[in-house]
Amino acid sequence: MPARAPALLVLEDGRTFRGDAFGAEGETFGEAVFSTGMTGYQETLTDPSYHRQVVVMTAPHVGNTGMNDEDPESTRIWVAGYVVRDPARVPSSWRSQRTLDDSLRDQGVVGISGVDTRALTRHLRERGAMRVGISTTETDPAALLRRVQESAEMRGSNLSEAVSTQEAYVVPAVGEKRFTVAAVDLGIKANTPRMMSQQGMEVHVLPATATVEEVLATGADGLFFSNGPGDPAATTAQVELLQAALERGLPYFGICFGNQLFGRALGFGTYKLTYGHRGINQPVMDRTTGKVEVTAHNHGFAVDAPLEGSTTTPYGEATVSHVCLNDDVVEGLELRSPDGALLSFSVQYHPEAAAGPHDAAYLFERFAQLMTERKEA
Amino acid sequence: MPKRDDIKSVMVIGSGPIIIGQACEFDYSGTQACRVLKEEGLRVVLVNSNPATIMTDPEFADATYVEPITPEYVEKVIAQERPDALLATLGGQTALNCAMGLAEQGVLEKYGVELIGASIEAIDRGENREVFKKIVAELGGESARSVICHSMDDLLAAADDLGYPMVVRPSFTMGGTGSGMAYDEKDLRRIGGAGLAASPTTEVLLEESILGWKEYELEVMRDTADNVVIVCSIENLDPMGVHTGDSITVAPAMTLTDREYQAMRDLAIGIIRSVGVDTGGCNIQYAVNPEDGRLIVIEMNPRVSRSSALASKATGFPIAKIAAKVAIGYTLDEIRNDITRETPASFEPTLDYVVVKVPRFAFEKFPGADTTLTTHMKSVGEAMAIGRNFTEALQKALRSLESKGATFDFAAPVGDPAALLEQSRTPTDGRLRTVMDAIRAGATPEQVFDATAIDPWFVDQLFLIKEVADEVAAARELDLPTLRLAKRHGFSDAQVAAIRGMREDVVRGVRQALGLRPVYKTVDTCAAEFAATTPYHYSSYDEETEVEPREREAVIILGSGPNRIGQGIEFDYSCVHASLALSDAGYDTIMVNCNPETVSTDYDTSDRLYFEPLTLEDVLEIVHAEQQAGPIAGVICQLGGQTPLGLAQGLADAGVKIVGTTPEAIHLAEERGAFGRVLAEAGLPAPKHGMAVTFEDAKRIADDIGYPVLVRPSYVLGGRGMEIVYDDGRLRSYIEAATEISDEHPVLVDRFIDDAVEIDVDALYDGHELFLGGVMEHIEEAGIHSGDSSCALPPITLGATEVDRIRVATEAIARGVGVRGLINIQFALSSDVLYVLEANPRASRTVPFVSKATATPLAKAAARVMLGETIADLRASDLLPEVDGGHLPADAPIAVKEAVMPFNRFKTIEGRNVDTVLGPEMKSTGEVMGFDADFGTAFAKAQAAAYGSLPTTGRIFVSVANRDKRNMVFPIKVLAERGFEILATQGTAEVLRRNGVTTTVVRKHHEGEGPHGEKTTVQLINDGDIDLVINTPYSTGGSARLDGYEIRTAAVLADIPCITTVQGLGAAVQGIEAMTAGEIGVRSLQDWQRGRTAR
Repeated sequence: MPARAPALLVLEDGRTFRGDAFGAEGETFGEAVFSTGMTGYQETLTDPSYHRQVVVMTAPHVGNTGMNDEDPESTRIWVAGYVVRDPARVPSSWRSQRTLDDSLRDQGVVGISGVDTRALTRHLRERGAMRVGISTTETDPAALLRRVQESAEMRGSNLSEAVSTQEAYVVPAVGEKRFTVAAVDLGIKANTPRMMSQQGMEVHVLPATATVEEVLATGADGLFFSNGPGDPAATTAQVELLQAALERGLPYFGICFGNQLFGRALGFGTYKLTYGHRGINQPVMDRTTGKVEVTAHNHGFAVDAPLEGSTTTPYGEATVSHVCLNDDVVEGLELRSPDGALLSFSVQYHPEAAAGPHDAAYLFERFAQLMTERKEA
Repeated sequence: MPKRDDIKSVMVIGSGPIIIGQACEFDYSGTQACRVLKEEGLRVVLVNSNPATIMTDPEFADATYVEPITPEYVEKVIAQERPDALLATLGGQTALNCAMGLAEQGVLEKYGVELIGASIEAIDRGENREVFKKIVAELGGESARSVICHSMDDLLAAADDLGYPMVVRPSFTMGGTGSGMAYDEKDLRRIGGAGLAASPTTEVLLEESILGWKEYELEVMRDTADNVVIVCSIENLDPMGVHTGDSITVAPAMTLTDREYQAMRDLAIGIIRSVGVDTGGCNIQYAVNPEDGRLIVIEMNPRVSRSSALASKATGFPIAKIAAKVAIGYTLDEIRNDITRETPASFEPTLDYVVVKVPRFAFEKFPGADTTLTTHMKSVGEAMAIGRNFTEALQKALRSLESKGATFDFAAPVGDPAALLEQSRTPTDGRLRTVMDAIRAGATPEQVFDATAIDPWFVDQLFLIKEVADEVAAARELDLPTLRLAKRHGFSDAQVAAIRGMREDVVRGVRQALGLRPVYKTVDTCAAEFAATTPYHYSSYDEETEVEPREREAVIILGSGPNRIGQGIEFDYSCVHASLALSDAGYDTIMVNCNPETVSTDYDTSDRLYFEPLTLEDVLEIVHAEQQAGPIAGVICQLGGQTPLGLAQGLADAGVKIVGTTPEAIHLAEERGAFGRVLAEAGLPAPKHGMAVTFEDAKRIADDIGYPVLVRPSYVLGGRGMEIVYDDGRLRSYIEAATEISDEHPVLVDRFIDDAVEIDVDALYDGHELFLGGVMEHIEEAGIHSGDSSCALPPITLGATEVDRIRVATEAIARGVGVRGLINIQFALSSDVLYVLEANPRASRTVPFVSKATATPLAKAAARVMLGETIADLRASDLLPEVDGGHLPADAPIAVKEAVMPFNRFKTIEGRNVDTVLGPEMKSTGEVMGFDADFGTAFAKAQAAAYGSLPTTGRIFVSVANRDKRNMVFPIKVLAERGFEILATQGTAEVLRRNGVTTTVVRKHHEGEGPHGEKTTVQLINDGDIDLVINTPYSTGGSARLDGYEIRTAAVLADIPCITTVQGLGAAVQGIEAMTAGEIGVRSLQDWQRGRTAR
């Protein structure tokens, strides 16, 4: 049995866990968050929203199906560090091309295994997400703790430009092209343009720095803002872009970070959740239909909007359309004209799934429907 | 959507007796449902023939009918109770079939009863293979490809399309006769050709083989608003080809990417919608080709299943409870998650642990039975274990089985890898052990995969376990890192001890001295995302424990582990009752058990639940953890059968307080010599007996006491290895075959008392006073295991004098042994002498039966007595009635218990059925109760519940042993006078004719068909020309004996009643008379009770 090198994990409040090195050796810092999904670690690892976060997997066995070339949600692993209990020694899947351990090592991602991930999760649940350091080079927890406390905080961080594409690119529509969508990449997952394209949308993926002129230059029928890392309160350029688009009456659809920025564009505040929602089993009620969706979540911030009643904004009447049934967190916003017609909407969770259930996939159809109506109007 | 207000009363149908494939998981689900419906203020009408269930406790329903689950009887209940709705999706296939029958016969329509949960149409869509296949195809899913063929040309053409191997299934042959696997054209020509000939429609179905594919299952839940959630995914370690019930299964699925998992999930949701299961749970099974990921839907169950019970325990999501709530109109988002109390039930549980279920088999009970595992379920029970990783969960599960050789043995000699690999090609009970032995012998992962098709990830986990064992063996000393490594991969102290050549208690001492103890984590449905309020724990060698401090004194109740023949649901019943009674008495109750099918392992039965193996090590650690948490009044070992009883001494030696009967007293009753002295002091006779370690010893004893003798190993439950021996030759072979004989475990040789009435007694003793719970008279003579005998309570042929003698003897034994709590004694009454056969100072299998028959909560009372209350105290608090079960009034109703046998499940390697003859070794899996004012009616009900109704007209075939001929005449005469046509073999027919009974002689099986096509007995039975078989086994060898075997197995296969004793015949005659005397009514336990108290 080959032994792994020892590794050390220290949280900013001093709680320490010892384990074994996993992935690359070295030292890493980030915000400790836990994810409760039992499948889809490859999608999680490559989701840009996890930039600068150290992800704790509550599922004990990770890496069982290895890594393949079809499932990544971006071109690289984004997590700042990875915490698991029992990494697979031998992956098993007809699609597996390499092991998780090798992928982490190749991409220089420092991880730790063999720790009591449940104890760590309970700690984060009670004390909230916090900074953490993992090291295979440091053996003194006090020394590592000092460096953790010096590391950057998530609150106030503007990170989307760091993960966004530098160049615009186009994902062609599948079948007949029905719409043109300008999708601003704030940390977009590969499955999002894929699902849009299946609705006949030609998706122009634009860098996070895109201007309203660049958006309009695509001839967009609708504007889309993706998910992404960072504090929505620290982002102003994209909020202004969105407000400009709303003024022009461009239909808008936002996911996750795109929901938070929609909230800000409509005049609502955002706040940091104690420990966030990260998993693929979250019950959300679509208040327009009364139906419950089981959805994929990955957010540490949320929109602060009144759950009942509507709010008048310069662009129309805003209401909370989706709510998480676990804790009443705002999971979706709708903007309607005074006569009740839908103008724009966004959700805090992930209808593109990957990983996660497909219950909310209909939202892409809703976006298509919205653009159709606007075209006709 | 809130609760429907148009439903005021609901009928719930249970699943009847425990059989293979349908065990106490349906007691668990039914009990949950009844509880929920009652809480919702609905009137609950329950029908279940199984008295050993918690659900048939009168407090769980408003009207409890312990009546046969047949459309005929259930209609009577409906007519009487007029329920608004029927919920039939929680009582297994039995309830579903009964509901289908009621619907087909127009009963539901006639009485305006709405079927809730799943409609008849939905059930049909789910169960009809062709319709279901179409639904799957419409959803874009795939089923196994198949072709229907009518000629050899068809077969060969289809083979080109499907590819070898293929499953060959002739249509419409009895019991699927002629099916087989064709690996090449030669096989296809042989099996397919024979199949075409055997099929009455010359039709053979060819299906592509999915043998060796990965197998998965999803548990799905839907509400009236069409919200659907997946409760749990389950992956089988044993690939396709082994029934899920016989497979080692793992939750959650271990080797699926999200993409594949979501594809399954999408199909599951589509299927539950298209099939139209309106509300409630169902499960869907899949196969995945490991080569290319091709996904095939195998089948669905449009109801709560065995897997649902497993999924409930594995996730903490109470499927049956939620199914009952959504059936009456609630939506999932309106139902709270019990465990978090904050979040709704409209979510999907996520696990931060691994659950492993392993099946428990009973092949040792059926000598000659083929132990190969197939798609036909053969296991009788299961154990589940939870760990923080797979290796920990697997090893915990294996030791939970409590069967010899189930755990990995790293100290055993290393075998030959080629032979072991060859052996592991065939799935059998214990294959995993063989695989591990092959790994130890040097097999490579590729070789193991080639031989077994077990997924490489699981194979690697087995290698990991083996490598850890190597580290333990190679370590210079048993230091902390080595022990921690072993413990984190689930090794028991005993396994470590075996590897290191040490004693188990020494390993435990070292480990504890090093401060290495397990922590207890919580099953919380959400991987710690939300705080859990329900202390449902499992152990793990991890860092942080979650056991909360407590204030009140606690009682730890040890359960009975996996179901097996001889130890099943009856013991769970007693444990659950103890928990309820002690909770009422102000204690915190802590349950320890590892059987996922039971009510005891429901997280809201006790204040705390430890889902843990019942071994000394595991229990000692729980006791230690709970001692840190608060005061402990003691541990109850007396109610869970032999499993906890066997732990009592070890616990006491470790300083743990055992409440109730002390381990010394247990030993006194179980050790033959000591018990003999107790009997001698009390002046009670026991059959002459002795103990032997060699054949010479045994022969000396047999010569002294005279044949026949009853031989058996000491310390057994369910009569394991017990046999009646008539001569020296058989005695010698018995001793030679009994490999485990030692000075500590000798063989007991008892005089066998012929022609005796056997009596079973359950009693309660508090040290001063005896409460006779019930006196049961066996219908069959002594010699048939009490668990397999039918019996009547109150005793039908014993007078007050005999009952008084039984009372005096019971009290003397209870006092002499030192019982505090329950005792079960078996007596034999022969020539007016009352012999004591054996005494068990614990709850017996009959406690629930007695409790129901006499409306007395014996197990509850026992628990209170164990904690120090007296019988007088319990009378004062109304838990016990003034008069005990020995003084039942003359007009008390009669309860008849009948055992249910699993013979139709077992075939020999040659494909023949195993013999159905009863003996001193217990073989039944379950029981039913017939309850009515007189014996005949109660017996008729018991038969109807167990085997289908006794016939009231038709043909009876009789063939009895010489010793029974005299006693058979009168009852057969009665049947002939009732209009039955009597058929018999030559010898029996002669006797009957001489006694004036018109009898037709039938050819014996070994004589073969007659020259003019006269059928043999067996042919007649196969052709459905016989309605009742009476066949008592011949004790001499030869072809006649073989005939008996053929007759009995034919009867079992044809599903017609087969009576194998003269006493049984007498009872059947009474039953038939009762049935022809007028309509048999139904009456609820509550109504009987009102009758009792009114008196």
